[in-house]
Amino acid sequence: MFKKHTLTNSPISSLQQQKQRAAFWFLAPMLFVLLCVAAWPLLRSIYFSFTDTSLTDLYGGEWVGFKNYLSWRTLSSGRTIYSGTLVDPAWWNAVWNTVKFAVVSVTLETIIGLMVALVLNAEFKGRGLVRAAILIPWAIPTIVSAKMWAWMFNDQFGIINDMLLTVGLIDHKIAWTANLDTAMLSVLIVDIWKTTPFMALLCLAGLQMIPRDMYESAKIDGIHPIKVFFQVTLPLVKPALMVAVIFRTLDALRMFDLVYVLTPNSTATKTMSIISRENLIEFDKFAYGSAQSTLLFAIIAVCVALYIWLGKLDLNGDQS
Amino acid sequence: MAKIELKNLSKTFGSTDVIRNVDLTINAGELMVFVGPSGCGKSTLLRLICGLEDITSGALLFDGVSMNDKVPSERGIAMVFQSYALYPHMSVYKNMAFGLKLANFSNKEMEARVIEAAKMLQIDHLLDRLPKQLSGGQRQRVAIGRAIVRDPRVFLFDEPLSNLDASLRVDTRLEIAKLHHKMKNTTMVYVTHDQVEAMTLADRICVLRDGNIEQVGTPEELYSHPKSLFVAGFIGSPKMNFLTGDIAVKHQCHTLGIRPEHLVIDHNDGIWSGEVVHTENLGADFFLFLDLGIKDPLVVRLDGQQRIPLGTQVNVRPLGEHLHRFDNNGLPITSTANSETI
Repeated sequence: MFKKHTLTNSPISSLQQQKQRAAFWFLAPMLFVLLCVAAWPLLRSIYFSFTDTSLTDLYGGEWVGFKNYLSWRTLSSGRTIYSGTLVDPAWWNAVWNTVKFAVVSVTLETIIGLMVALVLNAEFKGRGLVRAAILIPWAIPTIVSAKMWAWMFNDQFGIINDMLLTVGLIDHKIAWTANLDTAMLSVLIVDIWKTTPFMALLCLAGLQMIPRDMYESAKIDGIHPIKVFFQVTLPLVKPALMVAVIFRTLDALRMFDLVYVLTPNSTATKTMSIISRENLIEFDKFAYGSAQSTLLFAIIAVCVALYIWLGKLDLNGDQS
Repeated sequence: MAKIELKNLSKTFGSTDVIRNVDLTINAGELMVFVGPSGCGKSTLLRLICGLEDITSGALLFDGVSMNDKVPSERGIAMVFQSYALYPHMSVYKNMAFGLKLANFSNKEMEARVIEAAKMLQIDHLLDRLPKQLSGGQRQRVAIGRAIVRDPRVFLFDEPLSNLDASLRVDTRLEIAKLHHKMKNTTMVYVTHDQVEAMTLADRICVLRDGNIEQVGTPEELYSHPKSLFVAGFIGSPKMNFLTGDIAVKHQCHTLGIRPEHLVIDHNDGIWSGEVVHTENLGADFFLFLDLGIKDPLVVRLDGQQRIPLGTQVNVRPLGEHLHRFDNNGLPITSTANSETI
């Protein structure tokens, strides 16, 4: 972990050695906690995914290799039957749902959040109050807002149907959360409503880092505000925006609570987290669920790595 | 070339009067320096001229045309900011060309202008760099270059040297002076709190205090004939000695002002005598601090290298024609003092 052996050779390093030792002991408690709550469960899940462990017998599982991921056997008729998560249509449906949800929600939340942040960054009376007020949807616990929206989306008594009918935009009541065509839309609406304030806040922090001089200089040059936004504001706020987007993407890829409460058991909205929990707990396919959890972890890791890599490439592009 | 006229100009922020009924004419092609302590309104006055702040009342004219309702880009101005205000993500070239893109210049013309300005400021080898790869002085040159390419009628500087270190400040000051000589047709307004910058650069100086103009004049006028105690104290370094009490009464005034350079050591005819409490050796100059038994020590400027130990009793004599007398309102008394009392 630290380069003790390379340092002992040189006499000047004793102070440095001392510092490193101190640093290690300061970090040790945190490393220990992380090992217990993050590394151990993760490694254990990955291990479970290679066994036939069941929920009723956690320590009795036997090593089965990649069976939970992919296995096949050839019947006497010559037909080959594949099984495992990687050929499970329910799993790929969940992957597709999650990706769709993540891309649409993060994109819209970023755009709307940035717009809100631009408004909040302008000077007007009562700005402090508006800034506080806009955070309310984010501050409400997800379970509460999901239940609240579930009532608003209710097909018989919901206010959404009532309003749309009154205005004349729809001619019959829609079962927003139950209908396969609208379930994902409902989840997206609630998530965007809930999380845009958080994005706005992160964007606002980025916007406030931009010196006022930049805008004044552009004003003297007579540059159109829209051009200023795209050529000055956006590039300067980009680093903050990148961080905000990565936070939100991570969050969206492990989407669970809102879907669990708002649209339970709808194939149109089942996410990776939902389906792996189903297998782990409800269907007593513990090892199978572990395999799905492991895949979920791998997908998120790849997404983050890709994002950071592409983000860096982009930054270099700016410099050339 | 633009003549700038400020007529009864006022600016209030909320209930605070920042600029109070200012009347000022800045001649075409002139370099006018606004100088004053922080909070005197000099930057606000500049921002009123460039249009970043709205005028509360009064008129602003460029060549007789009202600018009150014109947006900054229609005024034909360029401004150099204290912080440089360069776009960190754009190369030097892009920074300089950014303001031109809108003005419908062809790419070729734009390039020619940028390169010409860059050559003039000796930054033509830096055009591909980003601002963060430049030194403070180079950044300031880019900021100046960005203003030059726009070929403004009026060139505004808002404390452009404040973020530079001392030696670079002197160099850049010289650059700006050269620029002023080259751009004879451009009216320049320069804001600073540093009276040395004001004295060295200005054709005329406007001293501001609490949103009012204290005095407008050439550096020589302000130095030789300050129209108030404030101007007398503000212009000149080290600052003018102010003597009150008995010494002033002897000269029939409330405050008697004498610059350190207008005092000579005279062991026979020296009328003021004091003990040396401190000395400063600046190489070319030598400053003596004499305790005359009044509040502040009397500063005397001597030439070259001197060796005067602390505690020495020294007699000094003021050069009579350089005495400044002020009444109790801080205004100068112009009639000559009765010389017999001296």
